[in-house]
Amino acid sequence: MNKTRLALALPFALATLASVAAAPAAAQTVRWAAAGDALTMDPHSQNEGPTHVMNHQVYDSLVFRDQAMKLAPRLATAWKITEDPNVWEFKLREGVKYHNGNPFTADDVVFSIQRAKHENSDMKGLLTSVVEVVKVDEHTVRMRTDGPNPLLPNNLTNLFIMDREWSEANKVMLPQNYKAGDETFAVRNANGTGPFRLVKREPDVRTELERNEDYWGKGTYPMEVAKVVFTPVRSAATRVAALLSGEVDFLLDPPVQDLERLSAAKGIVVRSGPENRTIFLGMNQGAAELRSADVKGRNPFADKRVRAAMNIAINRDAVKRVVMRGQSVPAGIVAPPFIDGYDKAMDVVPAPDVARAKALLAEAGYPNGFAVTLSCPNDRYVNDEAICQAVTGMFGQIGVKARLDARPKSIHFAELPKGELDLYMLGWGVPTMDSHYVFHYLYETRTDKGGSWNVTGYSSAKVDELTKAMNREIDLGKRAGMVAEVWKTVQDDVVYLPIHHQMLNWAMKDDIDFPVQSENYPYFKLLKYRK
Amino acid sequence: MSTESPTPTTAAAPRGALARLLDSDLLHGFLRSPITVLSALIVLAILIAALLAPVIAPQNPFDPATLNLMDGFSRPMQANAFTGNVYWLGTDAQGRDLFSAILYGSRVSLLVGFAAVAFAAVLGIALGLIAGYRGGWVDSLIMRIADVQLSFPAILVALLIFGVFKGVVPPALHDKAAIYVLILAIGLSDWVQYARTVRSSTLAERNKEYVQAARVIGVPAPTILLRHILPNVMGPVLVIATIGLALAIILESTLSFLGVGVPPTQPSLGTLIRVGQDYLFSGEWWIVFFPGLTLLLLALSVNLLGDWLRDALDPRLRR
Amino acid sequence: MPAFILRRLLQSVLVMLTVALVSFGLFRFIGDPVNNMVGQEATMAERAALRESLGLDDPVPVQFLRFVVNAAQGEFGVSYRMARPVADVIAERLPATLELALISGFGALALGIALGVYTALRRDGWLSHAIMSLSLVGVSLPTFLIGILLIYVFAVELKLLPAFGRGEVVDLGWWTTGLLTTSGLKSLVMPAITLGLYQLTLIMRLVRAEMLEVLRTDYIKFARARGLTDRTVHFGHALRNTLLPVITITGLQIGSIIAFAIITETVFQWPGVGLLFITAVQFVDIPVMAAYLVLIALIFVVINLIVDLLYFVVDPRLRVQRTGRGQ
Repeated sequence: MNKTRLALALPFALATLASVAAAPAAAQTVRWAAAGDALTMDPHSQNEGPTHVMNHQVYDSLVFRDQAMKLAPRLATAWKITEDPNVWEFKLREGVKYHNGNPFTADDVVFSIQRAKHENSDMKGLLTSVVEVVKVDEHTVRMRTDGPNPLLPNNLTNLFIMDREWSEANKVMLPQNYKAGDETFAVRNANGTGPFRLVKREPDVRTELERNEDYWGKGTYPMEVAKVVFTPVRSAATRVAALLSGEVDFLLDPPVQDLERLSAAKGIVVRSGPENRTIFLGMNQGAAELRSADVKGRNPFADKRVRAAMNIAINRDAVKRVVMRGQSVPAGIVAPPFIDGYDKAMDVVPAPDVARAKALLAEAGYPNGFAVTLSCPNDRYVNDEAICQAVTGMFGQIGVKARLDARPKSIHFAELPKGELDLYMLGWGVPTMDSHYVFHYLYETRTDKGGSWNVTGYSSAKVDELTKAMNREIDLGKRAGMVAEVWKTVQDDVVYLPIHHQMLNWAMKDDIDFPVQSENYPYFKLLKYRK
Repeated sequence: MSTESPTPTTAAAPRGALARLLDSDLLHGFLRSPITVLSALIVLAILIAALLAPVIAPQNPFDPATLNLMDGFSRPMQANAFTGNVYWLGTDAQGRDLFSAILYGSRVSLLVGFAAVAFAAVLGIALGLIAGYRGGWVDSLIMRIADVQLSFPAILVALLIFGVFKGVVPPALHDKAAIYVLILAIGLSDWVQYARTVRSSTLAERNKEYVQAARVIGVPAPTILLRHILPNVMGPVLVIATIGLALAIILESTLSFLGVGVPPTQPSLGTLIRVGQDYLFSGEWWIVFFPGLTLLLLALSVNLLGDWLRDALDPRLRR
Repeated sequence: MPAFILRRLLQSVLVMLTVALVSFGLFRFIGDPVNNMVGQEATMAERAALRESLGLDDPVPVQFLRFVVNAAQGEFGVSYRMARPVADVIAERLPATLELALISGFGALALGIALGVYTALRRDGWLSHAIMSLSLVGVSLPTFLIGILLIYVFAVELKLLPAFGRGEVVDLGWWTTGLLTTSGLKSLVMPAITLGLYQLTLIMRLVRAEMLEVLRTDYIKFARARGLTDRTVHFGHALRNTLLPVITITGLQIGSIIAFAIITETVFQWPGVGLLFITAVQFVDIPVMAAYLVLIALIFVVINLIVDLLYFVVDPRLRVQRTGRGQ
């Protein structure tokens, strides 16, 4: 039987060969690479940058942030608060079809929002204020919130709309439970309304997308790219070699050490800009004792003096100059400078002071320091492992012996939510462009209602209360006061150790016109070729 | 499987070779081959440097607290732009002095190499002696195990042991245990050669008159094995061990390169190369070049010594 | 001969069973399969139900039997990390590795024999000495360094060859091949060299040593004395006799080529089973590790059987000798 199949396959293969040879220089194909792959294609399972990047090509959200970071219409054409301040109304685009031909309707929006609110969903944190979604007519939905939420649309930029019918047919009514290692149909298949359809998905190997010729936005966006091929390439050197030798057209994360060489290379340009992301370390301050520490019976991180000592042990300037080659902005606060509520006065970079840090440790009862494990991803943020190595040394100088455990992000992000890491690296971008998102995910007490990425055990009644209250506050002046107060509280408590705000660099062939987007989302529908 | 076809390196060496090892003839041959002398000197130099690393090295590269990040990426023999410090071979991304790192790294590589070879040799010789001397089902059993083991190339066995280790040992102990796991993994993957060679030599020796005679007068088996048979099989074992040392060093660096060996905060030569590879294109060639060169020199010299030893112990190849 | 083959087959089955036992041990005892399949939020009742459905409460020998029966059908359970059936994942990746291994294996064999014969016949020529010295450097240079070096020279500086991946592949339904496209062939060059270099030097040195050995035998001296031409003596008699050990070693090496592919695949991001395995080790993805183990053993056992059969073809004398000795 194999023989017949081979006999059948051979002419086909040769035909393919001929067609490959005959094809014109594939100018409309963008082959791109990054260190890590999307974790899943299930759009609600993981709230993670690279995962959203892939889903933004295939799915559409109601609204999105364009290159200028402005909220722009997508599947929703208009949105407003109704007479009832607790209700938002969204007008939906008409005549939109999914890749399988199904029409897009209000039912799909209701379904998708409810799906994203399921406990398996990592997007549920963005929808905690939403209590009800109702269909008004085929192309109108209303969302009721548990109080006035003037910023609700900000929360919907990464909230992808799935086809209800397709989800039912393929039994993916519920989001994949990522932590538990679920495999559902939606993990490797997708049916969106987006500008590209998913043709082939081999996790960690290759993902192929093809232009959706029926895309509603065909006249609105350039849509010059016909095919998108993504290959994750872990090794930084190999990634650079691939761009230099012309095998890929676009690198989402060129290593900072190679920017100079890439800029100088003929036919390659590097485009840069500030990124909406802050890199920081979290300390488990809520546990009775640390799992990895050599101190038993008490938790050093529970003592604010220890956290403050760790904070001034880090030489952020050295990290910027050596590890990041200047491609970062040292930070004193876990908030990218873009967002509402960011205050330059709060973003004071603590000056490194080994002597004072040692004194603080001694005062807290750890004159000889202690040992602890620092867990880091090694394929997520720019030079993440190198940063961790560097701070390991800096902690060593004040007597805190940190053991570095660097691992791939898929392990790191599966372990983090379990709340068992003592000292860990995390980076936070703010898609809503508002401080509330940071408080809600990183500072609020961890419950099933909020604080889902606050695995530090930090809990402050004041922060919880203000975070809840600020979203119902319509008076923007009052709201700003509340935001500032939360920032002050958490800064005083030294909950996290901010390291820097990341800088974005995209490297590409010079015939591509593709300015950086501060969320680090390349929307390939917006890519243009230079003529 | 093919028990009767030992690898070429082992087939060559004759019996009673150890006795001839210190023979002036051998020494004479050694001195006549400049390449061999050079290899021996290189191995000796690296060995001494590695042993004395804490004395020679200007820095302890394994203690992150002694590193100054601002010294990072210093070019060899040039003053660092920020700190003005000068390092012979430059520094890596973390400000680690490469000269010190190479000394300490070779220490790890050599320690793992020697320990793994010793482990493999002792295990292999013991099993080979028993198999050859006892024969029968014991022999069959040991040699079948060897066959199964042979179906798994060293690197695979080592990776597997590492996988198990990661699953069983709590993460906090990973760094400490890594080096012992490396030794165990490399050693376990390499005993078959010794066992096969020793077994075939033992089989041949067993029926010799002197062994028969010893047996008749009631000398216990362990004594016969250790006193009479073992010395006669040491020649080929020495050849295997020398080449095994080079293989073990390369295997260790490969495992570390794959990211399953020693942690990056205590780099061996392989780890240094893995990290340095990222800076190959940005012009910081020295980070990968010097550790790579050291590894190459070390492995090459040991291989050359092994090569020479094999030829020297095989009279048929003498000219 | 049938008796001999039968014995070999039995031995192979035994080897496979041993490997299956190791693999089963990994699967069953390293890392709790239940913990890996449900989240930590799962209740005790859910866990118990899962244990039951996985048959983890049965006696261990029963479980092993089930494991073997499943394994024989290519059934290795579900990868913890990718949450897909392991058999599917391996089937997807295997063509890439086999293509790479076979190409580099045959390349190494052909070139290795040629160079081995040359260096044996021109034992004192300067070229022979150069080749021999270079081969030692090749053996001493770790595979990954060779790969990095090649990428640097041919992909970055000269921009002649692709730095990673398999290039364009043609999907034949049951097999994906990179051999039918230019980009696929170009992508194959550097990984194949990297992977084959070690085997090449090994085969070359082996052929040389065996040739030298054979050339010294009386039988060759006798052939020369009979006035046969050098060509006949060298290739008709000497080379033929060196092939036996070469076949054995090459057979053994194919198993190690596939294992060494782990390194090559890591350096070149070659999407084969080696890359799959190394990620599985990093993630402690036991089902994938267990399946890979069995797969490698199977390949090795099959190759050994083939090698044993080839013995008969190459050297008729062995038929008598072997069966006679009953080894």
